[in-house]
Amino acid sequence: MHRSLASRFHPEKQWLRRAPLPKSYTDYLGRKLFLFLLTVQGLGAFALITLGVILTKFGVAPNVMRPLIRKEIVRAGINLLPMFLFVALALGFLVIGQMVSAAARFGAFNYIGTVMVIVVVRELGPLLAAVLVLARVGTANVVELGTARAIGEVEALEAVGIDPVHYLIVPRVIGMTLGVFSLTVYLILGALGSGYLFCFLQNVPLTPGDYFKGLAGSLSWLDFALLALKACAFGFFIAIVTCYHGLAQPLHLQEVSRVTVRAVSQGIVVCVLIDALFIILYLAA
Amino acid sequence: MNENQNEIIIEMRGVAVGTMRDLSLTVLENVNWSVARGEFWVIAGSQYSGKSDFLMMTAGLMPPVAGDYKLFGNETQIFDESRLADRLRLGFIFEDAPLFHFLTVAENIALPLRYHKNLSSETAATAIEELLELTELKSVANETPANLPRSWQKRAGLARALVLQPEILLLDNPFGGLDARHAQWQLRFLDGLWRGHKSFGEKPMTIMATTDDLRPWRNGERKFALLKEKHFVPAGSWNEIASASEPIVKELLAAPMETFENAIEKQKIETTL
Repeated sequence: MHRSLASRFHPEKQWLRRAPLPKSYTDYLGRKLFLFLLTVQGLGAFALITLGVILTKFGVAPNVMRPLIRKEIVRAGINLLPMFLFVALALGFLVIGQMVSAAARFGAFNYIGTVMVIVVVRELGPLLAAVLVLARVGTANVVELGTARAIGEVEALEAVGIDPVHYLIVPRVIGMTLGVFSLTVYLILGALGSGYLFCFLQNVPLTPGDYFKGLAGSLSWLDFALLALKACAFGFFIAIVTCYHGLAQPLHLQEVSRVTVRAVSQGIVVCVLIDALFIILYLAA
Repeated sequence: MNENQNEIIIEMRGVAVGTMRDLSLTVLENVNWSVARGEFWVIAGSQYSGKSDFLMMTAGLMPPVAGDYKLFGNETQIFDESRLADRLRLGFIFEDAPLFHFLTVAENIALPLRYHKNLSSETAATAIEELLELTELKSVANETPANLPRSWQKRAGLARALVLQPEILLLDNPFGGLDARHAQWQLRFLDGLWRGHKSFGEKPMTIMATTDDLRPWRNGERKFALLKEKHFVPAGSWNEIASASEPIVKELLAAPMETFENAIEKQKIETTL
């Protein structure tokens, strides 16, 4: 059901953010906790609404929506490839550089592949990709949507019968989910390749066969499944957090920068929480 | 004239109107109003009297706080997906007529058509050509809104509201911020739509406009209403409202009528020179 944004959220709760800080420390903590719960509720509701719109309006206006989705995939994926290539090279060099200096002391070069899988594939690769997309595209989302909301473009969309969640949010969510997933794969492949490049340049006694055998031996089907899920979850929730802050609440232009900062902070917290959840899944599996 | 001319298409009984800023507040109470097809209403009120909120509620952008609101004879409390077809029979123009900054003027105007009829950009561009000519926007069709003066942005907003050929047109303070030439053009254009423009099937359009300045709306067969002290008060024809002794009417008619006409004359002279 398409309802106006005004009726989906409750701007009357915004007084909480503007209320002066209470002097009592416990009151302060209580208010912060209450605001945190309100944010979690808002984000959860926004995520569910977005999922609902994706499902119910899947085939609506494909001639308008497909180019928008392509544009977002380019913005959150293809346009970031050069930066990700640089970061992948740096990540591979850094991890292997540290590993080689430590392994040289113990002659443990055969563990390089295992370390790369643990550090790059399971942890740093997806998290770094998510944080970079949050910084490059997530911030732009908040600014664009926040400005559109502040100058009345969102209400103008509703006035012509276009659901703003469908037109503005769905392409961004799909684009960022696919973008973070693809960039995570490229980042990991690049880091693994540059890792061996570093070994080769440093004359480490490790053949390509041994290196990639070590990598393959440390990888299981669970790594691939959880990596895909984690990367998609990062992309989806970064998009939700940034779009929520840009669109879901009435804004004035002067509030856009403050909301952008808040969205980035919350985006990083959400990524770390998702990462922690997947560590628990790894350990439980 | 249309055979359904006396059909009531908007009916409000005991409606209370909230505000987009805070849905718990009420800016108008107990609105009882009926609009027949083909009527031209001017709703006048001072600033912060709730004109915009009233119009947004009428357009279905927010639900009434209380009361019954029937659009095209159907009871409704809130506009949901099942009522979208009815909503599209109604065009709405905000006071600032905000255009989507990432689209050109032509893309802005074509967007509702493309979205609701799933047209390709090429097909939509052809479909809006006549509207661009009619609103004299062809020369700025490929400009982005940021490059346009406010008067032309408002005109593009009007064209976007008309692209789906609505039966009802709601305008929030249409002359606000317009120079005299654009205001005069818009007044004539609205009168043309109300009488039945050939580009819109020669069917008279039902029009509702809000204003905080009654002077441009003098003459004509329009109906007037006032928003005062949280109440909606039907005020009859121009002659009735112009002779009213209420302070709010005096305020809305504050400047002498000649000022507006003089400004138009001055604009004509400047254009000629």
